[in-house]
Amino acid sequence: MEELGIVSYGSHIPRYRIKAEVIAAVWGKDGAAISRGLGIFEKSVPSIDQDTATISVEALRAALKRCTTLNPTEIGAIYVGSESHPYAVKPTGTIVGEAIGATPDLMVADYEFACKAGTAAIQTCIGFVKAGMIKYGVAIGADTSQAAPGDALEYSASAGGAAFIIGKNNVIATINHTLSYTTDTPDFWRRAEMKYPSHGGRFTGQPAYFKHITNCATKLMEKAGSKPQDYTYAIFHQPNGKFPVNVAKKLGFTIDQVKQGLMVPYIGNTYSGASMIGLASVLDVAKPGDRIFMTSYGSGAGSDGFDITVTDTITKLARENAPTIAQLVADKEYVDYGQYTKMTNLLFWE
Amino acid sequence: MKEGVARFWRQIPERYNFMANKCESCDRVYFPPRESCPYCRRKSIGKMKKTKLSGKGEVVTYTIVHIGPEGFEEQTPYPIAIIKLDEGPYITAQIVDCPFDQIKIGMKVESTFRKIQQDGHTGAIYYGYKFKQRK
Ligand SMILES: [Zn+2]
Repeated sequence: MEELGIVSYGSHIPRYRIKAEVIAAVWGKDGAAISRGLGIFEKSVPSIDQDTATISVEALRAALKRCTTLNPTEIGAIYVGSESHPYAVKPTGTIVGEAIGATPDLMVADYEFACKAGTAAIQTCIGFVKAGMIKYGVAIGADTSQAAPGDALEYSASAGGAAFIIGKNNVIATINHTLSYTTDTPDFWRRAEMKYPSHGGRFTGQPAYFKHITNCATKLMEKAGSKPQDYTYAIFHQPNGKFPVNVAKKLGFTIDQVKQGLMVPYIGNTYSGASMIGLASVLDVAKPGDRIFMTSYGSGAGSDGFDITVTDTITKLARENAPTIAQLVADKEYVDYGQYTKMTNLLFWE
Repeated sequence: MKEGVARFWRQIPERYNFMANKCESCDRVYFPPRESCPYCRRKSIGKMKKTKLSGKGEVVTYTIVHIGPEGFEEQTPYPIAIIKLDEGPYITAQIVDCPFDQIKIGMKVESTFRKIQQDGHTGAIYYGYKFKQRK
């Protein structure tokens, strides 16, 4: 089999956190009940000087620190997936490319597909590398997602991102198969010029998240000729702590396969970063031969599935050169609701 | 603030990647880069070599800004420090992700990529380095 897959990876999670109970208290709700219901205890909050571009740069720099033999000028493409690009017109990828020294011989585009824009970027990179058009491609999923004050999404919408370098040399995890499942499903959207998203309430569950992930995962296992028991780890998109566990059980995966990649209870839903941070957390501890199943989900709607096998080369990657997801999650400082509104620009400054 | 866009654009190599230069006659490092070395003067012409700094250094001194200049009002209060870079140059930059009472003179720091400023809510966003505690 041709070795094509992940060469290195890195992540960034802002260090500020707000507890679900602190948000609940502002709106006169029962925080403990909300945390239990959503499976989210706290979420990450970007500081006032962080956005999707800065998180993307930090994540990719972490990936480059781990892979000291890779020269950034060998990177031929950067695709950044996000629903919170800092500019409506002016690509985040240009800032990222310049900040890591990959410009100017570089293909760049920003992607948008709700929470699966980053995994769509991985698929694009696979195509270009496979075709021999580039040596290395970078796929980033990052967000500083916003929710309207008082909305149910306020307990989950958070910030973070992960970057993956895709190539054929020194592959630490081979991507054996990938496919997508896509339909027109209006479960969640944000109109141009609007600050906060809108959603279809209960419509976001069965016909959206569950249908797309289940179909994508089933088709992927058919293509790979595999079954849930063949995988060491499984990662599903995690808008809250309950959905990924329920969809995993429904498909025949166990909680033991899911928990290493389930970060949402401690950092919230990082949108485009969510499944990719889960994959990064798995790669932090993965051993040669481990097999990984990943299915993202993006509202609108679609799922991208990946069947991945960890290679012997992972032992040679300088994983210790950048912080693990566990370390990023543990390095935190709590803020109150007032500081949170200032940091996330809920207060509009003229 | 329109001329701000051009100025920031010209400074991208320094602000994003610590591009400095070094006088090959006396080995002094300049950040931001200089046309010639003030110590070697004519001897340094044609000998100023581009070099990328590590973005690591230590806090020489610092203060907390409570009333920020234009463009920084919404970030207050914030710490600003004079940092001696490992390669020699001294620079002024913000310290982030560190409770104020934990900032110490001599603290080892490393650079992190942040938003520095923006031209209001419709203008350009300027990115560059700030510093965080080195762990
Ligand atoms: Zn000199």
